[in-house]
Amino acid sequence: MTKYISLTINHFILSIGLLIMIVPIWIIFASSTHSSLFINTNGLQFFLGDNFIDNYSRVLFKQSGFFNEITALKMFFNSFVMATGIATLSVITSLMAAYGLVYFKVKYATFIFWLIFITLLVPLELRIMPSYIVMSKLNLVNTFAGLILPISASAIATFFFRQFYKSIPDELLEAAKLDGTNSLRFFIDFLIPLSKTMIAAVFIFMFVFGYNQYLWPLIMTTSEQYWTVVMGLKTMYGSISDRFAFVIMSMIPPVIIIIFLQKLFIQGIFQNK
Amino acid sequence: MKKVQFKSNYSQYFFLAPQLLILLIFLYWPIIQTFKDAFTMQDAFGFGSQFAGFDNFLFIFSDPSYFTAFKFTIIYSFVITFITGSIGLLLAVQANKVMHGKSAYKTLLIWPYAIAPAVVGVMANYFFSERYGLLHHLFNNLWGFNWYENVFDAYIYVIIAGSWKQISANFIFFLAGLQAIQKTVIEASIIDCKSNIRRFWTITFPLLMPTTFFLIIINITYAFFDTFGIIDTTTIGAPGSETKTLVYKAYIDGFKGLDLGSAGAQSIMMMIIVLVITIFQFRYIEGKIHYN
Repeated sequence: MTKYISLTINHFILSIGLLIMIVPIWIIFASSTHSSLFINTNGLQFFLGDNFIDNYSRVLFKQSGFFNEITALKMFFNSFVMATGIATLSVITSLMAAYGLVYFKVKYATFIFWLIFITLLVPLELRIMPSYIVMSKLNLVNTFAGLILPISASAIATFFFRQFYKSIPDELLEAAKLDGTNSLRFFIDFLIPLSKTMIAAVFIFMFVFGYNQYLWPLIMTTSEQYWTVVMGLKTMYGSISDRFAFVIMSMIPPVIIIIFLQKLFIQGIFQNK
Repeated sequence: MKKVQFKSNYSQYFFLAPQLLILLIFLYWPIIQTFKDAFTMQDAFGFGSQFAGFDNFLFIFSDPSYFTAFKFTIIYSFVITFITGSIGLLLAVQANKVMHGKSAYKTLLIWPYAIAPAVVGVMANYFFSERYGLLHHLFNNLWGFNWYENVFDAYIYVIIAGSWKQISANFIFFLAGLQAIQKTVIEASIIDCKSNIRRFWTITFPLLMPTTFFLIIINITYAFFDTFGIIDTTTIGAPGSETKTLVYKAYIDGFKGLDLGSAGAQSIMMMIIVLVITIFQFRYIEGKIHYN
């Protein structure tokens, strides 16, 4: 009997947690299906209206922005390119760098180790102004390279891969060496297949991280052609229900990725704990 | 490092080169620039600059609004860490106990983790707007809520906006931490200690220390850096500069005020703070927690 009471309490507390997490999003979603006129007179809505298709298609295809030069669809495209670029680049460079650090005798190893990992202390927010100046010297303002490169300059993924490699038994390399495998073959044929889960987890993490960037695209894009979704939210002009619809749409890509790949993601993070 | 390694003269550099190159150009160059800025004084029109020693640092220390930002950042990270940590832990403990619907709870509670802080800020904006805002109305009826004049009300606004999504992160990691505790330890402790609550604080919670500690660092980093998008879409630092975080202030002074010297000095102060937190993490806390 007491067991049922305590289980009921568990479910009750969890339900309150669910309400806190879901009700705000639901209210914005429900409100996004009403007309602006209705919202302006009646406030935020809890029940669905019938302007869903109208509002969402208008937002996706309408020219918006300060100079009306970009559609939401284009912003999604930009965000997608940026996030994929950041995830791909940081997975490849980190995978390689971690391999170089763990599997080789490197001259000045300690120095290189610190050169890479001390960068964890300096997030992009701390070097935002000088980064902008460097990017404009390199003529990378208003380019995808400018959006991608400084955010890929992060050692966080290297840290994860390094921990993972260290947990792989030494016997694997001994066996491979007996077979006369060279370092490049060992990396491609053994380590990469072994790190699949880890690679997927880091890729997801970096994709969401890249998609959610706000400050950097805000600074790096003076041309509306390069606006991304998350920064476009604040600057986009439109009626209130357009803005609600855009808020909801902006969450869809990262949320879908996290929901469907959560197992992989959590597995990857805890594999090396 | 591995005991068995490849012996090679060049190929390691082939593997290290891409990352080192990107770090040198896009990280070290700006950092060096930051140090240069911090120690130079530029005239108001950007025509000339000269070495200024520690003048920029003295300037920010004599600036009351720097201390306001410092105070707010400390309060903000402490409150966010405490709120999101305790709610996340509470929910994770419940989710770890239930048999039915565990994965449904998990999926639905993890979801907000993926939403960008700036998007959360824009949403919070609607809930706190005078016109539509449900929370604005609720608090207004309770005590006359007015965030652009009362500091306390503005704190509530940015704390709610800042905590909401971070509950998810705390929940995920606490749940994973709880699941990693071995069943036999829990079973043995049930025999020794009948009280659920006492058992939690004496057995389970100490075993969760590594997770708790990890989350404290994650939450502090979040409150320091990731909340930029929240502040910029909610209060923009109002009233006055009472809700400016250190990062937000450095951005405003550097990018909007074009005071590179001050922004550089502020960045270096923040690097020192991050360094202190990291050293604290390794030296002090890591030695004191139990690993299973």
